Amino acid sequence: MTNLKLPAWAGWAMALGLALFIGMVALSVRRNHGVKRSLFATPYTLWMMIFTILPCILIGYYALTDANGRLTLDNFRSFWDSNYIMRENLRAVAGDEMAATVARGSVNVDTLVYSLWMAFLCTVVSLVLGYPAALFMADRKMKLGSTLVVLFIIPMWMNFLLRTIAWMSLLEDNGLINAFFDWVGMGRVQLMYNQEAVLLGMVYNFLPFMVFPIYTSLSKMDPKLAEAAQDLGCNSFRTLYKVTMPLSLPGVISGITMVFMPSVTTFFIPRVLGGGNTRMFGDLIESTFKTAGDWNLGSALSLIMMILILISLSILRKADPNGEGGGII
Amino acid sequence: MKQFFKKFYLALVLIFLYVPILVLIVQSFNAGKSRAKWEGFSFHWYADLFSNASIMNALWVTVSVAVVATIAATLLGTLAAIGIYSMKKRPQAFMMTVTNLPNTMPDIVTGVSLMLLYIFAKVDRGYWTMVLAHVTFDVPYVVLSVLPKLKQMNKHTYEAALDLGATPAYALTHVIIPECKQGIVTGALLAFTLSLDDFTISYFTTSPLVQNLSTLIYSATKLGISPTYYALSSLMFVVLLVLLLIVNHRTEDNKG
Repeated sequence: MTNLKLPAWAGWAMALGLALFIGMVALSVRRNHGVKRSLFATPYTLWMMIFTILPCILIGYYALTDANGRLTLDNFRSFWDSNYIMRENLRAVAGDEMAATVARGSVNVDTLVYSLWMAFLCTVVSLVLGYPAALFMADRKMKLGSTLVVLFIIPMWMNFLLRTIAWMSLLEDNGLINAFFDWVGMGRVQLMYNQEAVLLGMVYNFLPFMVFPIYTSLSKMDPKLAEAAQDLGCNSFRTLYKVTMPLSLPGVISGITMVFMPSVTTFFIPRVLGGGNTRMFGDLIESTFKTAGDWNLGSALSLIMMILILISLSILRKADPNGEGGGII
Repeated sequence: MKQFFKKFYLALVLIFLYVPILVLIVQSFNAGKSRAKWEGFSFHWYADLFSNASIMNALWVTVSVAVVATIAATLLGTLAAIGIYSMKKRPQAFMMTVTNLPNTMPDIVTGVSLMLLYIFAKVDRGYWTMVLAHVTFDVPYVVLSVLPKLKQMNKHTYEAALDLGATPAYALTHVIIPECKQGIVTGALLAFTLSLDDFTISYFTTSPLVQNLSTLIYSATKLGISPTYYALSSLMFVVLLVLLLIVNHRTEDNKG
């Protein structure tokens, strides 16, 4: 089980770091005044440097080099045109004329656009389904608020993969829903292996991430504000639209982030429920690393994804400058 | 009427969330292997579960990784929160950015980047590389749950303890840690749950020889999944539910 083989220098470096840290803490604790408690963060800082910052730098490094470690932009060219390498190889062997016959392969860009579209759909559906749910949960007359929150959390304890697989037994050609259709006399319908099935799986898995932040920001809201609006002559729809919704905006924004991000990158759901008919960007990254073993192209794809997500996050942050959106509960 | 509509809507959403889980639990008692046909009630898959070496091994890996990673992350994160809290403004802002960074990275990118780190450092992936990865994605959650508790704390309590003759170490263990105990517990629970359910990051940071439950299930889906897995997850689900009820019961007792 323990097959950790570190190079010898790493062990020494770790031991030295640990000794230094213990020494520093011991020293600062012994001095009675001017204790440097900020030193307590040192192991964490080191940890994050090695396991978060350095890996990010490595993604950039692999994205900008080829298999031999030479600096190149070929990985990004291959992202734009999946036939790029093939064409260049052909050019070297058979000249420009033959190379010109290889058309641009748009598969990578198409996959990215398609994933963004699916993630967008998933976010919209989750918002439309989740907002009323959060609103009704936060309703003070409901008296069940916290119990309902627990009821929304419990399903997440079932393994995420198995929950998705469970949908297979519902959607299959001879699954439960089709058995019901058959029984009613509607005949069986193909429900699996299409875009709708993938969307359903995504909404199913990510809906709680939309409900929790909205619920948090709604339950923090002062109920007197809505009452005041009604006293001043707003009907309930106007109150909802003019008072409640703007006040829940931070929750909505963090809900959108928490649903959009995992849905662009999921690769298990499209693989199980889409059956290879729908390919998403997470899927592409996974197979580039694991099946094709092309770390350089895979890193370029990951980098592009990271940049896209950072851009969309900063746009969302603009809408919520105080960053007050509640996290998970 | 309005109230009825609201309850009805919430009930529909909850049914949507629970139907697949009920289906899994029912199927774990199905005598046959088929997902479509009910062939009678049986404990066959539960018996099979305990004699299945690869599932038992994966269960051990999952739980032990979660426990080790939670302990490490809680220690590291609590210390870090105390450190960050007492930092000056600039380094504090920097540390907060670093802490929030993993939250803005999708799981797959975290997984891939750690895999690249292991490849780069020429470390063979396996059990311990998975533990390191889990600690990495757990720690920020601990920091983010402890830090608010520290900020709520009365600053002068610590100073008062020192004035009354406590050593800084004594004040730390008897004033600061008890004050943020609730945050530490929340952080640890969050870390444990995240670790238990993680698939993507584990998938990229372990070898096919060391599987946790999620990666094992993933490789099993390619061959057609056996109801033994349903039995396992139903059991785990019930255990967690009972734990929740006990915890809930106890907190209510304490209140009353």
